[in-house]
Amino acid sequence: MNFNFKHEWIETNIGLMSVLTMLAISVGGLVEIAPLFFIDETIEKVEGVRPYTPLEQRGRDIYTREGCYTCHSQMIRPFRDEKLRYGHYSLAAESQYDHPFQWGSKRTGPDLARVGGKYSNEWHVQHLVAPRSMVPESVMPNYPWLLSTPLDISDTTNRMKALRKVGVPYSLSQPEYDANVKQFGETVARQLHIPDAQENLVEQANFGNYDGDPSGISEMDALVAYLQVLGTMVDFSKYTDDAFVEYR
Amino acid sequence: MSEQKLQSQTVQTTGHAWDGDLQEYNNPLPVWWVYTFYATVVFALVYWTIYPSWPFGKGWIGGVSDITYVNSEGETKTHSWNTRALFITDMNEAAVAQKPYFDKVAAMPYEQIAQDPDMSGFIISAGKSLFAENCAACHQAGGQGVIGFFPNLTDDDWLYGGSYEKLHETLVGGRRGYMPAFSEVLNGDQVDQLANYVASLSGIGHDADKAVAGDVLFHSETAACYYCHTNDATGRQDMGAPNLTDNIWLWADVPGARTAESKVAAIRGVISGGLNKGVMPAWSDRLTPEQIKVLTVYVHELGGGQ
Repeated sequence: MNFNFKHEWIETNIGLMSVLTMLAISVGGLVEIAPLFFIDETIEKVEGVRPYTPLEQRGRDIYTREGCYTCHSQMIRPFRDEKLRYGHYSLAAESQYDHPFQWGSKRTGPDLARVGGKYSNEWHVQHLVAPRSMVPESVMPNYPWLLSTPLDISDTTNRMKALRKVGVPYSLSQPEYDANVKQFGETVARQLHIPDAQENLVEQANFGNYDGDPSGISEMDALVAYLQVLGTMVDFSKYTDDAFVEYR
Repeated sequence: MSEQKLQSQTVQTTGHAWDGDLQEYNNPLPVWWVYTFYATVVFALVYWTIYPSWPFGKGWIGGVSDITYVNSEGETKTHSWNTRALFITDMNEAAVAQKPYFDKVAAMPYEQIAQDPDMSGFIISAGKSLFAENCAACHQAGGQGVIGFFPNLTDDDWLYGGSYEKLHETLVGGRRGYMPAFSEVLNGDQVDQLANYVASLSGIGHDADKAVAGDVLFHSETAACYYCHTNDATGRQDMGAPNLTDNIWLWADVPGARTAESKVAAIRGVISGGLNKGVMPAWSDRLTPEQIKVLTVYVHELGGGQ
């Protein structure tokens, strides 16, 4: 029979079977993800969202390196209980410069999408070094080495260049810088200029002194700088509660 | 027995054979499974029609179901079904239930809220969850604080004041503690003398001679401690300078030190190193005015309110 012939033909041709298997399993992904790239209103138009400064971005790298995302999500869902605990629900716009995004799908610890400004730098440092000294019932591991490890800033520009390749508007040339000044304002645009990245990083770390130790720049400086900016870019008092319904 | 059963049925094979004699039975799927599968297909079709589903051009198909909600301006709006509109509806429902209480909180003076039996029940329950989520990470679940980091809210000692108004000011605007590092202007002996004097103020074991010298230094222009801590060392709440005479400690871990020498050493550490911490975040952007008022009364009632 014709049908049987085809079936057997696939089963005995491993190359063809691989191709057909790939096609079959990619259908789900293509149908769910691909259209989002073409829908106009996926990303809300809000003011204030900007790419991370070099120091924040290095902190973010440490966040992913330490696997914080395995226990902490960064995605507040539009539910009443989440709003009461964490604040305004997350917008797609707020993670538009995240590569990879840190939405997460599981919470062992609390959501961190709006942790910025909620606690003092001092609390973050002490809590990361010894979580149970601040929250007795916590099951979070200790991260004492963040405080003692100097931040490796030598590859900062390369990391930013890599992010630029995937679409983050870090600038390399004068026209790109000018475009950033137009979009984000001069203060932010300066932070996004790759040739000045190391200088900017050192300046922000020394000025902020996030880890409480002014003598050097530790990984803690970077991570706390990142945590303190999370969810703080959009000023929600500028928007009515139904402004974002129009995007859905 | 199963073998007999198999033989008794005439099950078809898929028709192809491997290695000459290996064949595969072609058993049909159970009927219940097949119909469940068809049912899920029908369910999907219905679901696609009702809710937003398929992408279409630069947008998507909104589905036939609508959701009506009331926005913050009080206008009733209708939009194709989505969770953000549903969220507004949920928030509004809860707000209606809590409105009488929050309206009362907004309208009543602090003292009255604390004394009204009905309201204090609300303060205890609403305040407790607000405190647990926002304050307990630093000040701990019972408000007892952590020595060396975050002040105790249950005692009578206040850095910035324990009245309703001062607590409210602290919650709204946050605080930042600061004390200069005196190792830059004083030598080790002078710091030691000051530490002994400060210990003497709280009746902690100290060297009397050093304390006398420290007393002079405390009130001198060299160290100028009295500037912030006042002449009688009872502190200035407008500057967040603590009372040094009440044997209540935050920055120097005096209670945790066992011997008199180590207690003095703890005080010495603070004097020479200074403080650039004690940061309390501002809550006006994160909590509503009513929530801050609830917390003000809640913290006031923790035991130390003035």
